[in-house]
Amino acid sequence: MDDVELRELVPHVLSVLVRRGADFATAEDAVQEALIRALPAWERELPADPTGWLVTVAWRAFLDMARSEATRRDREVRFDVEPPAGAVPSADDTLRLYFLCAHVDLTASSAVALTLRAVGGLTTRQIAQAYLVPERTMAQRISRAKRTVGQAGVDRPGDVATVMRVLYLVFNEGYSGAIDLAAEAIRLTRQLAALVDDPEVHGLLALMLLHHARRRSRTRADGSIVPLAEQDRSQWDAGLIAEGIVIVRAVLARDRLGEYQAQAAIAALHADAPRVEETDWVQIVEWYDELLRFADTPIVRLNRAVAVGEADGAAAGLAALAEVDEHVPRRDAVAAHLHEKNGDLAVAARLYVDAARNAPSLAERDHQARQAARVNQLLR
Amino acid sequence: MAKYLLLKHYRGAPAPVNDVPMDQWTPEEVEAHIGFMNDFATRLESSGEFIDGQALSPDGMWVRHDGDGRPPVTDGPFAETKDLIAGWMVIDVDSEERAIELAGELSAAPGAGGEPIHEWLEVRPFLAAPPAFDH
Repeated sequence: MDDVELRELVPHVLSVLVRRGADFATAEDAVQEALIRALPAWERELPADPTGWLVTVAWRAFLDMARSEATRRDREVRFDVEPPAGAVPSADDTLRLYFLCAHVDLTASSAVALTLRAVGGLTTRQIAQAYLVPERTMAQRISRAKRTVGQAGVDRPGDVATVMRVLYLVFNEGYSGAIDLAAEAIRLTRQLAALVDDPEVHGLLALMLLHHARRRSRTRADGSIVPLAEQDRSQWDAGLIAEGIVIVRAVLARDRLGEYQAQAAIAALHADAPRVEETDWVQIVEWYDELLRFADTPIVRLNRAVAVGEADGAAAGLAALAEVDEHVPRRDAVAAHLHEKNGDLAVAARLYVDAARNAPSLAERDHQARQAARVNQLLR
Repeated sequence: MAKYLLLKHYRGAPAPVNDVPMDQWTPEEVEAHIGFMNDFATRLESSGEFIDGQALSPDGMWVRHDGDGRPPVTDGPFAETKDLIAGWMVIDVDSEERAIELAGELSAAPGAGGEPIHEWLEVRPFLAAPPAFDH
């Protein structure tokens, strides 16, 4: 059993403890304790019933924690060594865990951290490394999040929409350390899709799969960015694309469109084009128009302007761009691209310089600086 | 070992010798510069002298407390005359000589014409922890 398979068991084990009457915060600590013990013990010998093993060890850990807490507060221990008979947890219990971790009172960063630990089964150290923060900081964030959830109780848990937002954030963080957060987000979204039959969850899963499929071709070995038009499409993961497209088709046929499904449809149209010249930009613009009905944000409008520029020409793209908020990130970059396409090289060069200065990441800054240098050379 | 902060400035440092802004460079010159910067950090990591490095956006503002129950006062964006830090690198080295040597190497990053920029970098020692031995 590998690390991921082990972590698959976490929500179930945690649900068993909560079913038996353990409070969420302590139960969660107890499951972490069991996971840490499982790794070396299972390397020697894999138990016949891994879930049962984890439940037993986690329950004992919980009792120890509850007892020492009781001693500290001079209270009676309310739990016997023999676990009370509780019903076997159902899929709904696991779903409730997702909702609890995406509690509306939690900040985005807290909900992300708590989800990765309580549902994803990652250790605090792994989460800290993935987000490039000190382990102590992450430990504090998680214990504060658990306190918030504990105080607010289960009366205001999140819903599918807040859970999806959390998973989307995890996916977007991508890959910055030993833990592949994008793969983890996909795993958790897959699990969620099996628990709740919501078209948007399937849309989100498809969206992630289709973007993940392009990951290898998106950056060069030195970390520099390869734009979509220049990516080596033979490097795209055909298996992930096929899976994503099947999911998109099936869910769109249900005719209950939403934000994630529309984004997935756009991603599918890109994935479907064997060469960039074969991209169906007209349909992509139509999907952006659909997307605007659900999420009319400057970022969607900015991306739509790029698509319009491809479908109807640079002038049309610039007209669409004129309606986009001046302050949206990466607007200079899109403007530079459209002006270059329109033949205004001097304007484009100046805008690429602006885009480099305002770039939100170092890789994008380098990319825009390269673009500025390239266009300036054309002007000489 | 002693820690030093190497500071790179957008504005406020004396003008470098090779003072052609990056947007006037050829694509090859841009490529060479980016490659040099990546290699420098990698080399310091492998020599065990790299602690941390971050680049900063030129955006920002001044902020100060404005009394209890009131929102903080902000002032910005920064005036064009303000000294503006572009990024930092923290190194842990054996001596001040080594810190100066490394800053000198970093300042030799290639710019226009493939020639070193000779950019001025600020080198600041960290205040150390108190000594372990009492005298």
